Amino acid sequence: MSLSKIKFDKKIVLSFWIILIALIIAAPTILPVFRLNLLGRYLSLSIVALGVDLIWGYTGLLSLGQGIFFALGGYCAAMYLQITSSSEFPNNIPEFFALYGVEKLPFFWEPFRSPVFTFLAIWIIPALVAGLIGFLVFRNRIKGVYFSILTQASLLVFFNFFNGQQKLINGTNGLKTDVTQLFGQMVGSEYMQRIFFWITAILVIAAWFFAKWVVKGRFGNILIGIRDDEPRVRFTGYNPVIFKTIIFSIAGGLAGISGALYTVQSGIVSPQFMTVPFSIEMVIWVAVGGRGTLLGAILGAVFINYAKSLVSEALPASWMFIQGGLFILVVTSLPEGVLGWIQGDGPRNLLQRFGLKRKIETYPSLEINNKEGNNE
Amino acid sequence: MELLLDSLFNGVAIGSVLLVAALGLAIVFGLMGVINLAHGELMMLGAYTTYVTQLIFKLPLLKPFYNSYIIVSIFLAFIVSGVVGILLEKTIIRKLYGSPLETLLATWGVSLILQQFVRSVPLAYGTGLVISLLIGLFIPTTFPSKIKESINFKYFKFSSWIFAALSGVLTGSVISSSVSKLSRASARNVDVTAPSWMRGQVEIIGTAFPKTRLMIIVITLISVIAITLFLNQSAWGMRIRAVTQNRQMSDCLGISTEKVDIITFGIGSGLAGVAGVAVSLLGSVGPNVGGNYIVGCFMVVVLGGVGNLLGTVLASFGIGIMTDLIGAGRLLSIWPDMPLPLSNTINFFATTSMARVMIFALIVIFLQFKPTGLFPQKGRMVEN
Repeated sequence: MSLSKIKFDKKIVLSFWIILIALIIAAPTILPVFRLNLLGRYLSLSIVALGVDLIWGYTGLLSLGQGIFFALGGYCAAMYLQITSSSEFPNNIPEFFALYGVEKLPFFWEPFRSPVFTFLAIWIIPALVAGLIGFLVFRNRIKGVYFSILTQASLLVFFNFFNGQQKLINGTNGLKTDVTQLFGQMVGSEYMQRIFFWITAILVIAAWFFAKWVVKGRFGNILIGIRDDEPRVRFTGYNPVIFKTIIFSIAGGLAGISGALYTVQSGIVSPQFMTVPFSIEMVIWVAVGGRGTLLGAILGAVFINYAKSLVSEALPASWMFIQGGLFILVVTSLPEGVLGWIQGDGPRNLLQRFGLKRKIETYPSLEINNKEGNNE
Repeated sequence: MELLLDSLFNGVAIGSVLLVAALGLAIVFGLMGVINLAHGELMMLGAYTTYVTQLIFKLPLLKPFYNSYIIVSIFLAFIVSGVVGILLEKTIIRKLYGSPLETLLATWGVSLILQQFVRSVPLAYGTGLVISLLIGLFIPTTFPSKIKESINFKYFKFSSWIFAALSGVLTGSVISSSVSKLSRASARNVDVTAPSWMRGQVEIIGTAFPKTRLMIIVITLISVIAITLFLNQSAWGMRIRAVTQNRQMSDCLGISTEKVDIITFGIGSGLAGVAGVAVSLLGSVGPNVGGNYIVGCFMVVVLGGVGNLLGTVLASFGIGIMTDLIGAGRLLSIWPDMPLPLSNTINFFATTSMARVMIFALIVIFLQFKPTGLFPQKGRMVEN
């Protein structure tokens, strides 16, 4: 995978940012609430896609278990919301407990009374869980497909656990958030949804800059080194385990934030977030957008989900065919994703094929130097 | 004693379903290094084949042989899943050798398409499509070499595909007009009823065993023996093992690795079909039936170690017995007066889903000590 990028003019970059910010500010007034809510959800999904891009696109770890961290973040947020708006229910505990005859709040709910703890927990708990899983797996040099299978198995473990424990976290029904109160406002109300949209938009941009900062410099280079030739990285004296664990827990933390934002905007968190297809979908957003290009992950998540909702509204049965076809097509003929294809030689090759643009003849040595110049 | 026997039988029954499902996966993954996430859907095709065979055997012409439909469907399921697997290999997987993660994603795409396919295409025409694939893929290989080498071979190939398509459409419409249940597409689950001689129970040493479970154990046993004999005794089996050990060297020595790949993948997929027959005996058959097994199968393969059938066998029976011990809370009845905290813990895990949690956790712990499974491949390479 080449790292060469087209260098954009500064003016173009600036105007891009101005348009983007204008759109974000204006979106809540232009779009109807339903569409705005969808867009907000998809934007929050793009944060988990950024995490997938960090671990898969840059480090070569294909995790099929990002749903765990996504759902954990969602559960943290939902538990806080449930517990703060439970004062009118018997025993001052969330309503669903009464269904199963639970009278005392399970101990792990207690800390979620504090908003500060919750805001930290949303990203720290998933990051810690990811770090632990990652460390146990990477320590044994389990990698490649074995890593993917194990993450998928862990996903099932968490799914079965959350699905089966009615008395602890309402099991398969999940936790509802849209009828809960936050700062005196109903979470599902139009006003709050607008605010959540802005928060999501800001956090997506922040996460993007954060991810850019992570892959920049030496740390990012080691990640790419691990992706391309891990033994060589090890022989050079680095310990890949540490780097892999760190990046995996960063991705876990991003997934947690994403899950919390998604939960408050969709109104419910349930074990459905931890099903196998959803976690694999996250990978395909990145694959279509372009792995190793952070912007690609964001665009992929938003556009594919938008396409999904449009197609599912029009032709419900055909989405599975389209999605399946997309997987096959991207993997076999567009391995670098759409953005990777645009940034690479894709458009030029396409034009060449139709005879529209002549091949640029250069000296091979110049080509190499040029590429190196772009790599910084 | 009786309790132990009961537990052992249950464990073996669970394990044999896992084993027959994981066998094909172990071959494809172990020998070719290909992760096939569509394996569960190939199982589903096998299960649907059983269903279709059952309905066809209810037709007046075949009614006298109805009781033997399950035997016929084992072979048919092997062929159906095998053909679909070969098509998969020829069109997609071949392009992706050497990049297992990409294969994983592509086969997931295939599995989505297959799932939706059985939902939205009438089974009769699905059967027709499989038959045309079968004819289209195999007729060209039966031509004498004189034709194969001629320049006009592509025309022969083309005309055989047309013939295949025609016969597929013909079969499809014949089946759909004669069996009304197969003429409409439906996303609902269907049921396979076992023939009368397979219903009921058998008593062995004072304990009653359901006959369908015994049948599954028999199917598993035959599959394992057949595949072991094939790999160890036949010429193609030897070639497959050679390619597994050293692909480049085998290529240099004149083994057609391309053919070996097709055969390996075809057999692995066919075994998935056989597993589908076994699964169809256990419960209703739906588009998602394969997905319930796929992760368990991968755990078996990972636990057993790659490229070793003995490891697969031991791992699946181990998982089966453990599932039964934990999921049914049998440890409590074996050791009734254990300390309270321990028994509470065991009760907590004594459901099917929590037993899965426990098993996966145990496997992850086990892999801490033996990262490459029970029987790792020995070698001195940096990368496996």
